[in-house]
Order: sequence, then C-alpha cells, then structure tokens
Amino acid sequence: MSKAMMEPTPTDWNGQIMQKRIARRYAAERRFKVMGFLAVALSTVFLAFLLFTMLGQGVRGFQRTEIAVDFDFPALTSGTTAAAISGPNADAILNSIDVPGIVELAVGQQYGDISEGLLTTGAAGNVRQMLMDNPGLVTSKQQLWLPVDSRLDVAFKRDGEAAAEQTVATLAQKDALRTGFNWTFLTGADATDPSAVGIWAAFKGSLMTMAITLMLAFPVGVLAALYLEEYAAKNKLTDMIEVSINNLAAVPSIIFGLLGLAVFLTMFGMPRSSALVGGLTLALMTMPVIVIAGRNAVKSVPPSIREAALGIGASPVQVVFHHVLPLALPGILTGTIIGMARALGETAPLLMIGMRAFIPAAPEGFTDATTALPVQIYLWSDEVNQGFVEKTSAAIIVLLIFLLGMNALAIYLRNRFETRW
Amino acid sequence: MTGTALLFLVLGLGLIGWIAGRARAAAFVRSAKNGPRGTVNSLPYYHGWFVAICGIAPALVFMFIWQSISPALVTDMVLSAPAAADLPQEGFARAAILSEARAIAQGFQTAAFQNESEKLVPLYKSALAYYKWIGVAATLLLLFAGGAYAFTRLKPDFRARSKVERVVMFGLLVASLIAIFTTLGIFASLIFESWRFFSMVSPFEFLFGTEWNPKSVVTPGADNGYGAIPLFWGTIFIGAIIAMIVAIPLGLMSAIFLTQYASATVRKWMKPILEILAGVPTVVYGYFAALTVAPAVRDFAVMLGVSNAASDNALAAGIVMGVMIIPLVSSMSDDSIAAVPNAMRDGSLAMGATKSETIKKVLLPAALPGVVGGVLLAVSRAIGETMIVVMAAGYTANLTANPFATITTVTVQIVALLTGDQDFGSPHTLAAFALGLALFVTTFFLNYVALRVVKKYREAYE
Repeated sequence: MSKAMMEPTPTDWNGQIMQKRIARRYAAERRFKVMGFLAVALSTVFLAFLLFTMLGQGVRGFQRTEIAVDFDFPALTSGTTAAAISGPNADAILNSIDVPGIVELAVGQQYGDISEGLLTTGAAGNVRQMLMDNPGLVTSKQQLWLPVDSRLDVAFKRDGEAAAEQTVATLAQKDALRTGFNWTFLTGADATDPSAVGIWAAFKGSLMTMAITLMLAFPVGVLAALYLEEYAAKNKLTDMIEVSINNLAAVPSIIFGLLGLAVFLTMFGMPRSSALVGGLTLALMTMPVIVIAGRNAVKSVPPSIREAALGIGASPVQVVFHHVLPLALPGILTGTIIGMARALGETAPLLMIGMRAFIPAAPEGFTDATTALPVQIYLWSDEVNQGFVEKTSAAIIVLLIFLLGMNALAIYLRNRFETRW
Repeated sequence: MTGTALLFLVLGLGLIGWIAGRARAAAFVRSAKNGPRGTVNSLPYYHGWFVAICGIAPALVFMFIWQSISPALVTDMVLSAPAAADLPQEGFARAAILSEARAIAQGFQTAAFQNESEKLVPLYKSALAYYKWIGVAATLLLLFAGGAYAFTRLKPDFRARSKVERVVMFGLLVASLIAIFTTLGIFASLIFESWRFFSMVSPFEFLFGTEWNPKSVVTPGADNGYGAIPLFWGTIFIGAIIAMIVAIPLGLMSAIFLTQYASATVRKWMKPILEILAGVPTVVYGYFAALTVAPAVRDFAVMLGVSNAASDNALAAGIVMGVMIIPLVSSMSDDSIAAVPNAMRDGSLAMGATKSETIKKVLLPAALPGVVGGVLLAVSRAIGETMIVVMAAGYTANLTANPFATITTVTVQIVALLTGDQDFGSPHTLAAFALGLALFVTTFFLNYVALRVVKKYREAYE
C-alpha cells in the first residue's frame, strides 16, 4: 500500500466550493429551524385568535342595554301600599295589580309611538322582582332601568337592522339608554328572545349529568384499574378486557350516543334527554380514560411498598386498599378530572339521546328533560337571530372558564400530591 | 315509597347491620382477651362488613331484577281486568293508550289525550301500588333474612375477612367486565339495527350507490337514495385529506422544534399551550369554524375567482379540524422521536451533520413507524369527529373534490338522520346505525393497525 493512498488529500475547508457548501447547509439548517418555529407559532396564533374572538364577542353577551322607564307607581297601582306587597300574600296582590299591564302603560306614556316592542319579554318579570325585593318603590314615582328588546340591544351594541338603529338613535338622544350587567344571563334558562336567555339551566343540567358520570365512572374505573394492574391473571379474559378498554378509549363519541339511544332509551325506556341517560352515556365514555390513567398511577407505586405490607402479614386485598390505592389516588384523581373535563365538553353523544329540545326551565331532578352547556352552545349557534351570536360566545366563555378551572385543579393536584419514587 | 327512598332505607339498614356485626365482634375480642380461648380470627370491622354485605347485596340484586320485571307484571294485571277487554287490538294504538295511562298513573303527565286511557288510570294506579308493596316487602324481607343469617354465623373463629375479600375480588372482576359489556353492547346494537336497515335497503345500494337523498319510505328493490359513497368520500376528504394537510406538517414540525431546538423554558411554556388546543371542546371549534373561518375562506375563494364557493365549505371544517388534531400528531411524534436511541443521533452529529440533517436523515426515518401510527390515530380521530363538521360543513351530499363546495360527512348525516322525533324503526333512524357501524368498523381497524405499528416500532429499539 503506498503512502499516498493512506493519506487522502485533505479536504480544503477554506476553499470556495466547501465554503459555499457549508453556507448552503447552514442556510438549510436555519430554514428548518424557522419552519419549526413557525409551526409552533401558527398553532399558538390560532389558539389566541380563537380565544380573542370568543372573548371579544362574549363580553357583549354579559352586557345588556337598558332603557329608563318612569313609573308613577301610586297612580298606576291605584295606591297599593308597600306593606301590602311585602306581606304573606304579596304574590296574590302583585298578580292583581297586573304588572305587565303597568309596564306597558308606563312605556306607552313615555315613549309614545316607538314604545311597541321596546322592552324584552322578561321586562315585566324584572319589575315584579324589583317590587318584591324593595316594596318601598311602590309608594312613589320611580325611574327603573329595564332591558330592551334584542333587536335594539344588537343595534345599540353594534350594527343592527335599519329600523332598530333609528329607534336607538332617537332614544340615545334622549339619554334613555345605558349598558348594564346582564344578570339574567347567569340566572335564567333558554328562551326564544336572545335578550332574555340565561345559562343557568344548561349549567345545572351539565352539573347533574357530570354528577351521574362521576358516580358511575369513577368507582368502576378505579376498581377495573386495580384489578387489571394488581390481580388479573395473564389469560384470554384479561387480554379481552385490555383490548376492549383500549378500543373504547378511541371509539368516536358519537358511537356512544348511538349506544345510549339504542340501549338506554329504546331498550330500557329511560326518560329522553334526561341527565340520567346523559350521565350514563358519558360514564361509558369516561370510564376507559379513568382506567388507563388509574393503571398508570397504580403502576408507578413501587413494589417495595407491596412487599413490605405483605411481609408484615397483610392480605392481598389489604395491601391494595390500605397501601397501593391511597398512594396512587392523586394520579387517579388527576386522570379522572381530565376525563371529566373531556366529558363536560362533549356534545355529539348528548345530541343522539335527544338533548336538543328547547327546555325553558332548569331541571329539578335527574329524570327531567334537560340541556347541557355544550348542547346549549350548539343550539344557540344554530339560531338565525343576530342577538344569539354574542350569547353563544358568552356561553363558550363560561364553558371554557369551567374547563380551565378543572384542568388547573388537575395540575394543582399533580404538583401538590404526586410523589416521585 | 319511591325507588330512591327504598335505596336509602336499604343502605341505612345495611349501616345498622355493619354496626351490629362490629359490636358483636368487639365483644368477642374483649372476652378473648380475658378468657382462655385465644384470639379472634378477623378484625371487628370485617364482621361488620360481612353482615352488611349479606343484607344489602341480595336486596339490591332483587331491587334491580324487580325494576325490570315489574312493569310487565303491572301491564299483565291491567290487561286481565275486564275494563281492558275493549281496547283496540291493533298494536300501535294499544301501546299508545297503555303508555299514556301509565304516565298519568305515575304522575308524569296530568291530562289524557285519549279517552280510553282515562279509564285505565285507576287500574294502573292500583296495580302499581300492589306490585310496589310486594317489591318493598320482599326487598326488606331479603335484607333482614340475609342480615340475620350473617349475624348468627359470627363467632370468634369465623373467617369474616376472607369472605369479605372474596366479595371485593368479585366486585373488582365485575368492574373490569363492564368494558367488555360496553364493547359488546356497541357491537350488538349497531349490528342489530343495521341488520334491520339492510332488510329494507340493499347493502349493495348502501355501499356502492352514489346518490345520498334518503327517502323516509323505502320500496324494496328500487333506488331509495341511500348510496353512501358521497358520505364516505366527504369524510375522507375533510378528515383524512384536508385536516391532515394541516395537521401533519404543523404537528410534526412543532414536535421537532420543541424537542430538538427549543430551550427548556420555551418547551415548558409551549407544550401546555399546545395541549390547550386539544382540550378546547369541539363545539367551540365548530362555532369558530362556522362563524369566522368559513366566511374568510369563502371570501378568499371569491378573490381567487371561484364563484360558486359555499359558506359551509369543506375547507373551513377541514382546516379547523386539522388544528384540533395538531396536539395529537405532535405528542405522538414527540414520543417516537424521543424513543430513537441517543447513540444514533450522537453518531450523526459526530460525523459533522448539522442538526437538521440529523433530524431529516437519521431521526425521522428511524421514528417513521411511530409517526405513521400517530397519523393513523389522528385520521381515526378526525373521521369520527362530529361537532366541527355538523356546525361548519354542510348537509348536502356532494361527490366533488372542490374544497370550496359543500360536502357532508358520515357523522353529519348520523346527526341529521336522528334529528326530529322519528319513530325508532324508521329507515332514517336505522340508516344512522348503519352509518355508525361503518364508522365504528373503520375507526376500530385504524386504531388496531396504528397500535400494532407503534408497538412493533417500540419493540425494535428496546
């Protein structure tokens, strides 16, 4: 072998060709890095854009436009006393003085030809509530601020129909309009008039559905996780259980809705669109999530704990329930909260079991027809009335705040209680 | 007495049984300490649990069985009364009257719409009261019998713990079997209803027909508008093509940037932000797609000169769905890149390759199976997604590759077919189950293949 072959000509790193090549390679490196950065940035920008759009519109949903209406109560109620409407038969007396009629009369007197359709449908109820809360009002002349009709509301906040814009301009000249906080939105139920809708009924429906889901999915999920991690023998049955749990975790949610429709509604004849059926359906969906999270948590408990407990004479059941489960519980709870958050935002299975009806009142029991937060968002998004746009976004804000709270709780639990072995 | 009240009564009596059993065992312990008889086998509270379980378990099982058989017994009793003889024999009217009378008798409904049902109300009331009384009496009897039997068996050397633990193990097994029952339930209900559907509409038309315009009354042998090819195409077009064109590059590049380039601080902040994208409910994405993205896409199409762009176009739904999928693709890619042995990366860097060359030529090829598995999972997730397409894509079946046109998907049609109060046996409802079966089988297959691919790939480096 000659010396020349053993020592190949060294690469001329400073030569033009190599420098060019290195520059090209470094440029490619920079391009690649920028592409990666752009991918992350784009996702973030999309998220920010989504949240800002919802926030920008949703804030208006928490506001309402109010109009000043002068009430000459002594004249309108023909001298009803404050004592009469604060006594035990206040209800009957308020019914007898015809509050809706009074409101109509007062608005008619003050605003004349534009008074038609000025107030929202719930305005008379608001007046009635004010009188109940503060009976002293009835003895004197009062100026009350009442919510206006949705068309005017939209026109005052942004662009509405031409006729409504004109009315708003007239009223604004008189200084008769102001923006107030929409308490009805937090306390009311679904309605046909967007300025009278509220989120409370849907929220309560969601809470009741979640309560059923938690009561069923949590114990079953935890027990199944304990069985599979701690006791299950390696056999066909265990394999089947594992395959079905992994499969159920990936089945589209709408399929669970079909199952709920076929089994709970049609076969068992349970009440349609009730929190009970919704909770059952979502429990089947959430259970695999809890099992998978639970198994990971149980798996992370070190074997030395089990061996120590067994060594001092605990039975296998005592080992698991006295030692493994308490240590794994923070992890299981974190997984459970994340699964529950997913179930809370789930819409499609609830649509399948009939939760798409118009329900104008909050549910009283688990078998009452109800609606849920995400379903209410879907129903409002379908409305043609312009006033519903901001209500939908406001409902989305409520849902997102709730989800954020649940996830924050999960992160807190994880950081506070998780032990690294 | 309502079912809930009875349930609480049973649980309350169970608690009393627990206390009684525990007290008795505590007495054993005391006497064992003083006397010559040795120790008590189990701790006192195991005795308590033994009594409580022996009382509650049979009562609850009976309550469950009674709940499911007593409606039939009530109906039998009402029908055997002479007043029920002049009911119409025809099935549907008869069932309607019976169910109305039952609803009134139970207090769910206040006024009757049919005259016949009015007469049956008192009959129903008495029958319901009769069987309810029997049910309550039998439940309590079982509870006391079980509790008393258990109580008499308590002795110092009674092995209460092993008995209780056997019950606990049985409970654990039953909890795990629920997953199997759910899977079987899904399979059975989908297949059963689809079978009924295919007895009306030929499977050939469903699987290969190109016209989707479902008629509510079907004529056998004729074309009933149940050709699902446009739906399958729409689902693939939106979920597997448009959404993936968005999700794969963004998700993969995000994963590469966050694992290979970003500093620890950036990673700490950006990963949760990406996870928020996965946590936003789909109904919110759907609303955003319909409200903001779809009009923007239409304006863009008009700007390009596409005149027939629809406001519920496929592109908007696909893009938003892709964004929803980004975190899934990203985390799966993250996992598989992290699983590539460091020696391979270090070797490549030591040879003088730049970071991007190492990623493109060494890490990605090695991680490819994992990434492909992640993409398959993402596709399965996308084609089963419902709310985004229901709110942003259209309801009109369209066999086209124009992303600005209205295209419908399988999930949209399932929702559409089940809208409105239809009778459960109608072809529309059953068609929804047939579509559900197709969806279930497809996602099952995709998940299975994806998990196999990922598992095989992980084993290769372990």
